[in-house]
Formats: sequence, structure tokens, C-alpha cells
Amino acid sequence: MNKPLPIRTRTEAEEALVATFDSASSNLRGASDLRAAAMARFVKSGLPDRRVESWHYTDLRSILRRAAPVRPGDFMPVERARAGLASAEAQTHAARIVMLDGIYRPDLSDLALLPAGVTVASLADALAEGDAEALGALTGEGQGADDPVVSLNTALMQDGVIVRVAAGVEAARPIAIANIMSGGAPHAAFVRSLVMVGDGAKLRLTETTAACDESETQVNEALVLRIGDNARVDYVSRVVRQGAGAISLHTLLATLGAGSEFNGFSFNPGVGVDRRQMFVRLNGRNSTLNLGGLSLLRGRQHADSTLVVDHAVPDCRSREFFRYILDDESTGVFQGKVVVRQHAQKTDGAMKSQAIMLGDGASMNNKPELEIFADDVVCGHGATVGQLDDDQIFYLQARGIPKPEAESLLLEAFAYEALELIADEQLRARFIEQTGEWLAARGAA
Amino acid sequence: MLEVRNLHVSVGDRKILDGLNLTVKDGEVAAIMGPNGTGKSTLSYVIAGRDGYDVTEGEVLVDGVNILDMDATERANAGVFLAFQYPMEIPGVATMTFLKAALNAQARARGGKELQTPDFMKKVREASQKLQIPQDMLKRALNVGFSGGEKKRMEILQMALLQPKLAILDETDSGLDIDALRIVADGVNALRAQERSFLVITHYQRLLDYIKPDTVHVMARGRIAKTGGPELAHELEKTGYAGFVGEAA
Repeated sequence: MNKPLPIRTRTEAEEALVATFDSASSNLRGASDLRAAAMARFVKSGLPDRRVESWHYTDLRSILRRAAPVRPGDFMPVERARAGLASAEAQTHAARIVMLDGIYRPDLSDLALLPAGVTVASLADALAEGDAEALGALTGEGQGADDPVVSLNTALMQDGVIVRVAAGVEAARPIAIANIMSGGAPHAAFVRSLVMVGDGAKLRLTETTAACDESETQVNEALVLRIGDNARVDYVSRVVRQGAGAISLHTLLATLGAGSEFNGFSFNPGVGVDRRQMFVRLNGRNSTLNLGGLSLLRGRQHADSTLVVDHAVPDCRSREFFRYILDDESTGVFQGKVVVRQHAQKTDGAMKSQAIMLGDGASMNNKPELEIFADDVVCGHGATVGQLDDDQIFYLQARGIPKPEAESLLLEAFAYEALELIADEQLRARFIEQTGEWLAARGAA
Repeated sequence: MLEVRNLHVSVGDRKILDGLNLTVKDGEVAAIMGPNGTGKSTLSYVIAGRDGYDVTEGEVLVDGVNILDMDATERANAGVFLAFQYPMEIPGVATMTFLKAALNAQARARGGKELQTPDFMKKVREASQKLQIPQDMLKRALNVGFSGGEKKRMEILQMALLQPKLAILDETDSGLDIDALRIVADGVNALRAQERSFLVITHYQRLLDYIKPDTVHVMARGRIAKTGGPELAHELEKTGYAGFVGEAA
């Protein structure tokens, strides 16, 4: 039985977020009923604290002390924005779609590179026009509806893109969505994007969250991903270059059609506070889900991966594999819930989270959960938290390899085993390079 | 080459080596035999520089230099090589990557040049063929999923590439069938040279039929209890170690 929470006073940040809605509502285009209902939910819930089970290890109420203001879309001149974008570059061959401070910017995007069969439109325009399809798809299948961060995103979404991949289209080049913050004084953005992949289509999708400088940005992004029957999506999300006080909240709401395949990976080479929540529903038989992630944390950085994988139909397969390297006083969180509904027989699920602790003050919180209502399934989970193996280090040293190099070799190997899940070679190579840079910075410290 | 003088070693409260003396000359192959639990592996680890052993007294000299103050890396660079009884599995590190890291680290430490990749590949290919190590094994993660025999051959490959001054073989024969034993022994014999010494640790005479030692030492109760020629190994095969355990007590 859920006891009602005791009445509490609103924090300064909560007041500011509610005020943002009230004052900005004239600028928030379309979907007014949806927004109002979401804001009402947020007013009721407030920011989640440790008493909310799914936020137990990431107490957003105490982390988000001040809610930063949202900026107008033309705050940063185009030329400076272009320079800032260079830092978010990882794939030279992708068609880039840019959001600057939460607003879709066709002028900064490579629309000419869009592969045939792929269209991009502004979410705000679609909502203002009352696009019924967009409105209907926007909340996925109601996953995460109770989540306060999703409510905030729905209430305050400024803009985003709607990407449509026509049925049967194999997109010739990857699509790279970049959510760029102009930086400087602390500021916030609320972005919602919708990617609809038609039956039998193939898409490689990258999503980058970055700031033009190391400022204290607060980004709340949500991506709704609808994958048609027999379609395949390879998706990589990553955060780059943000300040120590930055807060990055990202929600993925994905549904998979029959016979489809979704490979998702998130790479976090260290930002202030990062929460990635992934709600994935396997909606059609014989679909395959692979989720992976790698977080490299130091200082007081905090990375949280929270998954809800919902096997709604029989004969599907899911794999989750997340790794963390935690130095100094950083904190890792892995919460993975796999739900197998009563009729979802022959489900094959395996979940694994592994962390290496380098710092004495580092901590790792693991919470794997299986909720299985079907009786003919194979599901398992495993979580390990450990240190580098002294015996392995001795073995490498006994061959003449200096200790710091031996440690780096082992950490690289640990990281690579996760990065191997990324199909795109250019991205994988870039992340391997970044991992090397991260390790080198550790050695230099 | 190697001189161990009055070596006392403890692990926690337990004394394992109790005033051990041992000399191995340049080019000599010395065998150390002895019952289980007598400190043979401890001796090999202490020489190689593994942490967790408390040396309370004594010296270990390699070419006249006391190596006890060096860490394991420095000892390897000084020419000490330990072929492990249980080689470590290193997931995620390709064998080739590891071999290159080791060769380059030793080259750097000795002020030499790192090998160019084609030269390195050639060197590894030649050495591995002699040990009947298939090329695809070199692409796999180091020792992961290797059989016992494959792991031991990989140790000998590393020894062949690193060309140490002092090679310690810690029960290299354990877990080997006759064919693998012959391959490993051939690999060792090919490396015998005036500038290289071997310390071969084993329980059984069998390995010494393939790697003929110059001297045989019997270890018991943390010391060398008897030293002789190859005939001592044959004698032990008949009489066992009981006499030594008794003598030392």
C-alpha cells in the first residue's frame, strides 16, 4: 500500500519550474491540454527525492537547487553556434540535425545530407498546427507517465524534431541529433523529439548533448522512438563537454514492432550529473533489444542508468550490458527492471552491470529487478562491483609493463568490451580515443 | 647470475623461506624439486617481485645487483622472467597487443628503440610457429579460454620474445600432456645459452628428462636441503621426499 507522502513545501527550484510554465506558457506552442495535464502531475509530485523508488539513488530534489532559466532561441549568433558545434562532432558522414538551446535550427542542420526517404520537421510547428499523428505519438505508449522528469519535459518542451523514416528505407547515412547549449550563465532547455521508423526501414541514429563551453547547463531531453515491424535502429546517445555543475536528464521512450531490432548504447565520458532513463517496450514478436552503456566518472560526477524493459509479447530477446569506471568520489547508479508479462512466453532476457572502483570515495548502486509473470522464460541478471585485479597487474608488470600502463591496459580492456556493442566503426573509434584521453588524464593527475 | 643469500620470507605470521641460499651460474640450468608447500612457488614470486611477501632478511642478487628494492616491472626490465604456474587470463586485451606492450616497455626501459610493427609481427610469427601456436590464438584475448597447454606455450613464447637473463619456470610441466611437454621443453632448450640461466621448479623428474639440468636442488622446509647433479632427480624419483622432510625437521 502506498502511503500518501507528507505534505511538504515546494523547493525554490520547484517554484521556479512552475513559474516557468506559467510565464512561458504563451511561448509554448501547441499541445496545451497535454502540457497542462503534465504540469498538474508535476505540481502534485514535485521533484523526485530518495523516497521515490526509481529516483532513490539520484535525489534530484536536492541536486537541482536552482532551476536555471530557459533562453530564447536566437540568444547565440549563428557563427558562434557553428564553432560550438564542432566540439560535438563525432561522425563526419552523418546528417546533422541541430537544436540550439532547445529550439530546432534548420539553418545549423545539414538538411541537404538527409538520406532519401527521411524527413525532418519541427516539433513545435507540428504541435502548433495540431498534427494529430505527432500528438498521438508524443507520449509513446504512456511509459514513464508518472515520472516527474517526463512530466516536466511534456509541460515545458520548447521544440524538437520529428524524424520520419519511410517504410522499407535503408537510410544511407546516419542521422545525428545534436542538442547544443549556448553556455555562459546557467540555463536550461526542454527538448522532445520523435523518431518514427517505418516497417522494414533501417536507421542509424546518434544523439549528442553538448554545451559550447563548460557551463552549468540543465538539459531535459526526451526521445520517443517508434520502431516498425522488421525495422532496425542502431542508436547511440552521448554527453560531451559540460560543466561540473551541469545536470543532464534524458528519457528514451521506445517501442519495438514485430521482428525488429533495436541496439542502443549510451556513452558518458564524465559530466556533472547525468540520468539516462530508458523505457523500452517490446511490442511485436521476435524482436530483439540490446542496450549498453559505458560511464567514465571522476571527481564528484554522478551517472545513473535506469531501465524499464517491458516484454509485452512472447518470443522476444533482450540484453542489457552496462559498465562503469568510477574514480575519486564519483557515483554510479544502475537500475534495471525487466518486466515479462503473463503471456510473454519464451522471453529470453539477460542483464548485466559491472563497475570498477578506482577511488576510495567512489560508490556504485546496483538495483536489478525482474518481474516475471510468464512461466516459460529464461531471464537472468548479474551485477559486479570490484577493483582492478592485483594478480593481473602483477602479471603484466612481470613482463616489464609499468604499473600505471598495466592499469590503463586493464581499464581500456574493460571499457572496450562495452564499446564493442557499438556497430558504427567511426563512433566506436572516437569513443575508444576518448576513453584513452580519459585514462591519460587520470595518469597525469 | 643469480645469488640468493640467507633469504627469510613470511606471509602474515607464517614463515615460508627460512634462510635459503642458492647460486645459479651464467648459462646454468638449475632444477628445484621438493614436496608441496615447501616454498618453491614463494621463492619464484619473491624473485619476480610479487606483493604480499615480507622479506625479513637476506638478499637476492642478479648479476651482483640486489633486486629486492625493485618493483616487478623493474625486475623484468633487469632480465628476470617468471613463467607462471597459472598464467593470468586478461579479458579484453588481445594477445598481440599485450606482447607489443611488453616488448616495447622493455625496449624503452633499456634505452632501446621500439620495434616497428612489421618487424614485431615477423618476430612473433616466427617464434609462435616454433611453439606450434596458431596465429588466430594471438588475436584472442590473452589466455582467455586457452587450454592449460596453450597457456604454458604462451608463457614460453613470451620468454622467447623477451630474451631474459634469468628465466624461472614455475611448474611449467603441470597440466601438460606428453606432446605439449615436448613442445615446451624444446622451446626452453632452444633458449639455452651462456648468457641465460634457468631456474626450473618442478615436482617430478619427468620434465627433467626433457630439460636436462646442470644441477638439482632439493627444497624442504624453506631451505635448500640437498644439492647434486642430474642423478639426484632420479634418486628422488625412487626414494621420494620423505627423508628430506624428516631431515629438515
